[in-house]
Amino acid sequence: MECVFGLVGDGFAIIASDTSAVHSILVHKSNEDKVMILDSHKLMGASGEPGDRVQFTEYIQKNVALYQFRNGIPLTTAAAANFTRGELATALRKNPYFVNIILAGHDKDTEPSLYFIDYIATLHKVDKAAFGYGSYFALSIMDRHYHRGMSLEDAINLVDKCITEIRSRLVVAPPNFVIKIVDKNGAREYAWREFIKDAATGLPTT
Amino acid sequence: MEVSHCSGLAGSVKEYGIEFVLKIEVEKSGILSVGKSSYRSLPIDWGDLRSCSSRSYEFLPPLVSRSQLFAWFHMSIFEYNGSSLIAMVGKNCFAIASDRRLGVQLQTIATDFQRIYRIHDLLFLGLSGLATDAQTLYQRLVFRHKLYQLREERDMKPETFASLVSAILYEKRFGPYFCQPVIAGLGDEDKPFICTMDSIGAKELAKDFVVAGTASESLYGACEAMFKPEMEPEELFETVSQALLSSVDRDCLSGWGGHVFVVTPKGITERILKGRMD
Repeated sequence: MECVFGLVGDGFAIIASDTSAVHSILVHKSNEDKVMILDSHKLMGASGEPGDRVQFTEYIQKNVALYQFRNGIPLTTAAAANFTRGELATALRKNPYFVNIILAGHDKDTEPSLYFIDYIATLHKVDKAAFGYGSYFALSIMDRHYHRGMSLEDAINLVDKCITEIRSRLVVAPPNFVIKIVDKNGAREYAWREFIKDAATGLPTT
Repeated sequence: MEVSHCSGLAGSVKEYGIEFVLKIEVEKSGILSVGKSSYRSLPIDWGDLRSCSSRSYEFLPPLVSRSQLFAWFHMSIFEYNGSSLIAMVGKNCFAIASDRRLGVQLQTIATDFQRIYRIHDLLFLGLSGLATDAQTLYQRLVFRHKLYQLREERDMKPETFASLVSAILYEKRFGPYFCQPVIAGLGDEDKPFICTMDSIGAKELAKDFVVAGTASESLYGACEAMFKPEMEPEELFETVSQALLSSVDRDCLSGWGGHVFVVTPKGITERILKGRMD
């Protein structure tokens, strides 16, 4: 149900994810942000068990901040990815976290990078990645249209193509998506793709 | 299709190996489906393992998450990521080769995954099986080797390293790493050494070749047919490449090219193979 996907472009990396918080047949909210800004130059998109997702990503975020406070310099993306994998691997045979993670980062003076981290702590550096039912569509679209060093405009078009495909072909397609970007200027929200606004915002005023 | 319950892994004893069973119960449609696939381990006398093995693997998380049930496929845990490895002996040299696919059951995630790791210039370790355990195991072994280098002020011999790997795997006897390692190195007087072991550290030394992974049955056949003793490095490279590519072509879980290391006392040659890219 949850779709998270990401790709690396020319000097930037994008992570897009759906924004539905779902419990069985009920949609609790349609503007749940699943892409966490880990620190100034890192993004972590997560999908999986809702409680684990929030707890685990916050835990990683706080530990990344702690490293920076203690050592005065931020963690590199590779180090953050390996730390995340280590935490997942240690917990795997005790209390596993059911969270799949896509971690994107841009270190100073280097290229942006994207890491795929499975819920059983398989770590791999990739150019494009996707999790969830949406991955069946997003990965195929990206296989067809992605190439190294895409411009921002092309990459956003590709992300929109993936979102359109997910919305049209997935039976319980999430209506809204959030797109976040990380480049040399930092990690920030880029855009929302909203097709259904929350019911609360549409109430008539009397 | 609602999924009510996903149980973890249960083990049971067969004559020559352990069966890992993934059980998925479907509530609404009332289908109970049980898939079995046996991992053929090296012949070992399991003896009285039934009582031990039945509870030992229950604490692993169900390896089929909700989203992957879409594929409706039952798999052994050793086949979750897909892998193939060969090591072969030549004349004062050895070759070790792997495929490059990283998958999650039937979906391919990456086509440049590295399975063969360099421990030192004359010792290589290949790890097939579950990728997360391969990465964890590699990190532990590199740590132990670095400690050894600090204490002994030299590199480990391949035989010693094989014993170390075996001991580390057996430590986790009742909750093992789901990996099958392949170790290849040049020992004293540049004599090549290869060995493989099962997931709990039963060593299998061979004089000619060793194989591991999802395509291992094909690999055994191909290597047996193509192997000749005392091959020079170039001919050894050709043989290993042909054996690997022809075997992974028949296995859907491994492939996407090959990665071959040929090691002689003079140096290491690393080559990427392009085969059927599927």
